[in-house]
Amino acid sequence: MSQMSTRTKQPVGAPTSATNTESGRIGDSPLRPDGTLKVTGEFAYASDLWMDDMIWGVTLRSPHPHARIRSIDIGPALATPGVYAVLTADDIPGRNAVGLEFDDQPALATGVVRYQGEPVALVAADHPEIARQAAKKVVVDYELLPVVSDSRAALEPDSPKVHDGGNLVRHLKIRKGDQSVKAPVVVSTDFEVGMQDQAFLGPESGLAVPAEDGGVDLYVATQWLHVDQKQICNVLGLPPEKVRLTLAGVGGAFGGREDLSMHVHACLLAMHTGKPVKMVYNREESFFGHVHRHPARMRFEYGAQPDGRLVYGKAEIIFDGGAYASSTAAVVGNGGTLGMGPYVFPSVTVDCYGVYTNNPPCGAMRGFGCVQAAFAHESLMDELADAVGASRIGVRELNGMTEGAENITGQVIDSAAPVAELIRKVAELPLPPADTGSDLRSMPGGVANTTHGEGVRRGVGYAVTYKNIGFSEGFDDYSTARVRLEVVNHEPVATVHTAAAEVGQGLITIEQQIARTELGVQRVVVHPKDTSVGSGGSTSASRQTYVTGGAVKAACEAVRRTVLARAARTLGAEDLVLDGGKVVSRSGEVLADLVDVLGEVPVEETVEWRHRPTEAIDPETGQGNAHVQYAFSAHRAVVDVDVELGLVKVVALDTAQDVGRALNPAAVIGQIQGGSAQGMGLALMEEIIVSDGHIRNPSFTDYLIPTILDMPPMQIEVLEYADPHAPYGVRGVGEPPTISSGPAVAAAIRQATGLPLRRVPIRPEHIAGLVE
Amino acid sequence: MDFLRPTSWAEALEAKAAHPGAVPIAGGTDVMVELNFDRHRPEALLDLNQVTELQQWAEDGTRIRLGAGVTYTRIIEELGDPLPGLAMASRTVGSPQIRNRGTVAGNLGAASPAGDAHPPLLATGAEIRVASTRGTRTLRAEDFYTGVKRNALEPDELIEAVVLEKAKGPQQFAKIGTRNAMVISVAAFAIALDPEAGTVGTGIGSAAPTPRRARDAETFLAGELAAHGLWETRGAIPDSLTREFGERVRRAASPIDDVRGTAAYRLHSLAVMARRTLGWAWADLQNDQRKAS
Repeated sequence: MSQMSTRTKQPVGAPTSATNTESGRIGDSPLRPDGTLKVTGEFAYASDLWMDDMIWGVTLRSPHPHARIRSIDIGPALATPGVYAVLTADDIPGRNAVGLEFDDQPALATGVVRYQGEPVALVAADHPEIARQAAKKVVVDYELLPVVSDSRAALEPDSPKVHDGGNLVRHLKIRKGDQSVKAPVVVSTDFEVGMQDQAFLGPESGLAVPAEDGGVDLYVATQWLHVDQKQICNVLGLPPEKVRLTLAGVGGAFGGREDLSMHVHACLLAMHTGKPVKMVYNREESFFGHVHRHPARMRFEYGAQPDGRLVYGKAEIIFDGGAYASSTAAVVGNGGTLGMGPYVFPSVTVDCYGVYTNNPPCGAMRGFGCVQAAFAHESLMDELADAVGASRIGVRELNGMTEGAENITGQVIDSAAPVAELIRKVAELPLPPADTGSDLRSMPGGVANTTHGEGVRRGVGYAVTYKNIGFSEGFDDYSTARVRLEVVNHEPVATVHTAAAEVGQGLITIEQQIARTELGVQRVVVHPKDTSVGSGGSTSASRQTYVTGGAVKAACEAVRRTVLARAARTLGAEDLVLDGGKVVSRSGEVLADLVDVLGEVPVEETVEWRHRPTEAIDPETGQGNAHVQYAFSAHRAVVDVDVELGLVKVVALDTAQDVGRALNPAAVIGQIQGGSAQGMGLALMEEIIVSDGHIRNPSFTDYLIPTILDMPPMQIEVLEYADPHAPYGVRGVGEPPTISSGPAVAAAIRQATGLPLRRVPIRPEHIAGLVE
Repeated sequence: MDFLRPTSWAEALEAKAAHPGAVPIAGGTDVMVELNFDRHRPEALLDLNQVTELQQWAEDGTRIRLGAGVTYTRIIEELGDPLPGLAMASRTVGSPQIRNRGTVAGNLGAASPAGDAHPPLLATGAEIRVASTRGTRTLRAEDFYTGVKRNALEPDELIEAVVLEKAKGPQQFAKIGTRNAMVISVAAFAIALDPEAGTVGTGIGSAAPTPRRARDAETFLAGELAAHGLWETRGAIPDSLTREFGERVRRAASPIDDVRGTAAYRLHSLAVMARRTLGWAWADLQNDQRKAS
């Protein structure tokens, strides 16, 4: 906290400590500190940051998906009145390279651009409009290069290369069991998944403030402050203590903020001009300013016994990573190791590829490699059921993992794996009435009045999926928590400080609940998230309640030990606990006020906490304990499809999910509802349409996400099979619903229409039979 | 950019005459999107919100005179009975917030082939009253749309009102979107039946460079209904006739492939919407007769 003193002044809209005095321990659902503010429109998002002397930065982006830059003339732009700076790659003081896993991406293009929208130059001016107009005056001479737009063709030896090292980012192989095994029943499918966008509502934004010590303070909406800091340091050529990040108000993330967007650009402009620089993308720029979900092309084959028991599974999965690697290698890791779904396969052959193309870069998005594969494995499970004459529920119960089962990388699932129970639970939930009434809003097409029942057929679909929680394959996945207990105004107050990003999921509330539980105090202050404490790791992989929650718990325990040791010395008593602001004996007798034990001397502990280590998988066989925890979920979708017009109304979307233990039941339900909507969106409508490397629908007019009239009410069954290896028994919650909801919707549409429908999003013309 | 704020219609016309490049703005639901995306940079905006007379509608004998500033919400709430087709189309415009601000005249000014109000205006033979300091003229809706996002307004003219006949028979509207609300039309169709005159009106949206009527389908259907005496008997329309009507509506369109849908799907959906809306409109007519008897 002392490191923060170098800051000269704070911008308006910078985060403040969360200090609400709600009660609420783990298992409760206290009011969130940001809840009322968000509902009333008073919450300060990163786009609300303000300093009176700030100037505005904008990004000039490549209009071409692949081109050589012959020259850049910044003269006319720089001469524009009101312009403070125009920067290109030549102005980068450090290393012009960023990237989450490999730094293969320039902060500003140099020599060549590899995707439409790649940043080429930056402009800062005293008004955003002047900056935008000046950016148009930057003259870039491009020589167009051949565009690699087909992910399969990109792997051919004669394909043009996106990077000098070739177009393969990663090839993951799994070879388990007898590779020549045959089966009496064989089903196979090709499946294709389009490019989904995170579609977070708060566009990329932040404010970089040059500091007196020659460093910079960056306030930004992001997902992982420390990995941002590391990349920014490289580009600026500054040590970490000179590059300080504070999390500003985040309006959704879903993976799309794991990579840098405007972060380093605003810092470059601020360092260059000596003035605070604000950057805010508009909606259109946002579609070019962050990575998307990898489109996938998949070929799956299952062999089974006549009763439906699986003998083998084979899969080829190609993820289109676009122009830069981002987290493609890890997405390949997930798609490859988890892509056969939560089933037991005696023999497995998987080849999973991530490739470079000149398409928009793809990276992290909720569900991370599992979402795409789930569409394939679940449609094939339905086919298997049909082929052997079993029920779609039954074939999943028969093959579903159980605790102690071995997955396809040979890892034993060492906590609950209730696949059969989850699918049974959703199947047993009451179905909606067959007749949804005459209200147009209950019909496919809604009030657009396309049917009064004509052509409408009901379908029901099921899916069950699983996902790793936390970072995998040997990654050193940890979080840091600093907890301080002190007396403020005669009251014991705990302060929790982590760098773990609150992106809307409710982590701040969880941190407060854990501290209240462990320290027995009411008032818990959550310090703004910043880099003056160690890394919290990424807010992704459904990991923060587990990992940062684990760190906060461990730091609280360390504080408690110190406080109770102090109390034990004073009181001459052993076996003490903290509760209700008192030091209490195990039998419940109040021995002292915590305030008196603390006195004038605060107790502060900082803990770096790790989950059990994971392992790299064998490069030839794919075998290894790649993941630390698995989360399972099932969905049942009920749809009404106008089979003539191809319009769909999702009537019900019910789910069952094992969450280990719900630390905040309301937040758990919120995650399940939101995740289900996002998965449904991919099945029905959400797609960035790319042709020849160009995005054709960069707007919310044409990139559609579900509205409240598209989202049905949900019945949600939350199971709590505590994971003995995780703090409080928690299991990650955020991603599983996004994985199983879409395949259930797709299955329901297939059932209603009788069509194979091997691509999502399923468009009206596919259902109407007007597309091959 | 100048921002002109006339407080009367006369002032508005003078402002437009003085600044022919000024873009009129009422709800701003379309104009502001274009400005925010930097697609247009007009020399001036002409804010019509102070011109209160534009925000009125009035009955004029058998007709409704709809001021240019009347919002979709008011059409839905106040004019559902006399203008059912337009009210149905209004219900499909954007979100409640957009319907609270947007106007039919805004749709006409933008002249996008996807504007939701156009098909019912065409189907009901609406007239557009436009004015300038030079005077006032009246255009038929079908003559108003001249190209993709182009209309028949002269640079100094403003839309004053839309004049529509009160419904003389059943009207229907249907619109395809790829989600169940807040969506731009992939294809749309409106039908209006006038049993007294024995005429059929149609309007097609999002399936040609401009909104357009399916004239051949109109004439064909009206003629067949007359030939079978169905206008009088209001008996069931043969399936073959409904299908042929759908086919003729389909043939009237000339859509393109774009991100919202394929040309093939647009044609297919028009035929389906034409059949279905005709069925609903005819059922309404049959119900009216049953009620009357």
